[in-house]
Amino acid sequence: MSQSLVGEVEPATGPDPDRPRHPEPGVIRGAEARRLVRFLLRRPGLVLSILVVALVVLAAFWPTLFTSRDPLLGVPVDRFQGPGAQHWFGTDELGRDLYARVVHGAALSLKATLIAVGVAFVVGGTIGLVAGFVGRWGEDVLMRIVDVLLAIPALFLSLALVTALGFGTVKVAVAVGLASVASFARVMRAEVLRVRQAVYVEAARSTGARWYSVLLRHVLPNAIGPVLVLATLELGIAVLAVSSLSFLGYGAPPPAPEWGTLISTGRNYLANAWWLSTLPGLTVAATVLATNRIARALDGESATQR
Amino acid sequence: MRRYLAGRLGQAVAVLWAAYTVSFLVLDLLPGDPVSAMAAGGLDQAAIEPAQIEALRREYGFDQPILVQYLNYLGRAVRGDFGNSVATGRPVTSTLADALPYTLQLTAAALVLAVVLGGAVALYATYTAHRWLRQLLMSLPSLGVSLPTFWIGLMLVQLLSFRLHLLPAFGNDGAASLILPAVTLAVPTGAMLAQLLAKSLLTTLDEPYVQTARAKGAGRTRVHLRHALRNAALPAFTMAGILVGNLMAGSVVVETVFSRNGVGRETVSAVTVQDIPVVQGVIVFGASTFVLANLAVDLIYPLLDPRIVVAAAQQRSTG
Repeated sequence: MSQSLVGEVEPATGPDPDRPRHPEPGVIRGAEARRLVRFLLRRPGLVLSILVVALVVLAAFWPTLFTSRDPLLGVPVDRFQGPGAQHWFGTDELGRDLYARVVHGAALSLKATLIAVGVAFVVGGTIGLVAGFVGRWGEDVLMRIVDVLLAIPALFLSLALVTALGFGTVKVAVAVGLASVASFARVMRAEVLRVRQAVYVEAARSTGARWYSVLLRHVLPNAIGPVLVLATLELGIAVLAVSSLSFLGYGAPPPAPEWGTLISTGRNYLANAWWLSTLPGLTVAATVLATNRIARALDGESATQR
Repeated sequence: MRRYLAGRLGQAVAVLWAAYTVSFLVLDLLPGDPVSAMAAGGLDQAAIEPAQIEALRREYGFDQPILVQYLNYLGRAVRGDFGNSVATGRPVTSTLADALPYTLQLTAAALVLAVVLGGAVALYATYTAHRWLRQLLMSLPSLGVSLPTFWIGLMLVQLLSFRLHLLPAFGNDGAASLILPAVTLAVPTGAMLAQLLAKSLLTTLDEPYVQTARAKGAGRTRVHLRHALRNAALPAFTMAGILVGNLMAGSVVVETVFSRNGVGRETVSAVTVQDIPVVQGVIVFGASTFVLANLAVDLIYPLLDPRIVVAAAQQRSTG
């Protein structure tokens, strides 16, 4: 904690909790890199997870790297082709290439996930930050609201929000995000309460720093770590929640290749075309497993660092 | 004990009231106008005259100030009247009550499966001396929480119904049609339970009293089941409210996958046509299952762990 006090006093550069505060950064960085490589080599599952997430992100931004086919173009002659060299994931009822649809669907799914986690992070984080910092009755009121949100199962809450907001990928994502505000608020508040007691916050206050600069430059940067870890954990949950809601039919309208919608349309052809819901489902599962594995690694590391 | 009970009951009522308020805020205030939503998504798609919308608005009380509306609705909700479904015209309460038995069947079966399977995985994973088996069993729960529930259901239908013709794929007649939905619903909940229980078993097994029991010559199985499990189960038990909430939420998806009747199906069709009274009823229902489960836990917990009541009594005398 005394280290971060030294770090915070440096004026112009602003707070940066990740910056190494050692006299010889070059030497340390080399050793750290070697340690990181050894850390990763002993965890092949983690490397695979990072690879999967990287592939999904690449597919979301540059789908043409993976396939040159049009996800919306159907070739009626090729209807219901099984997976093979021609069509890696097979084709659907209109003769569209399923692999191309999954690849192009990554963009929609990633967008929805990021919106959901972003909304939960910003709204929940702000509630927790204010509650922890203000204290007294303001804290009580905010945290009781959060408790009530926790009492309503997340899916029901997002269904209510979908009813109110309407259908579509973005609205579903916002609904999922708002439904998971509560856990972010709780973690953020707990961290703020921990940091608020720290000596460097007291030092900042006693040197006459305004409340907003104490909040933004001293409390927030030191409290946000566990909330970021929670955000990575939330990624997997958001992928699942968004795909559940689009499976129920509230997501992107039919021609758009969203992952949940793909699985949902495959449901009609379960008996004769197993690949139509199996393979997109495996893609979702792989993505969720990968983000969860990465979140667990981050969680463990941040826990040992503290 | 009576004061403990009264306090817990009071809390439960407060949470329900707050949940109703949240659903009112979300559903009746967020979109500009629930009446136009009802008119657009209701019984028929034909254009509705402005005069009719006015009449609807008066009928539902939307021409009154928000606070009056809220108090009116709350007063009726307290008496168990959530209004009528916009789509079918039937009272919300009886719509949900008719669907409830199917959902209860499903969730109860899934809960039993989840407890048995999740508990078995957690117990055996922490018991076995084989490293590979332990790692395999420990990785099952994290797999279980990562798979989309509806996808598990579809895979089971594909394999067991369409390929092997063992079990019916859809509908709700007879016990055979309950198996697949219950298994599907049990997977995420059981996995969550297994994660919790395994974690708390591992911490418990490091406790000094477990060492004492071993030193006194108790066998491995006896230490595991009689000494460690009894204490390790407590933290998992306190999560019952969340688990039941998860089951209720999961039943929405599972009932859709297997085309079963139930609260979940009603919810999905209500959301699809923006049937606000039904959705509101469902939210309060979801919150009340959570509250009831937590209440049950609070009442049973002192029987399992007498320290709780003692601590509560001490808190009262000091505070």
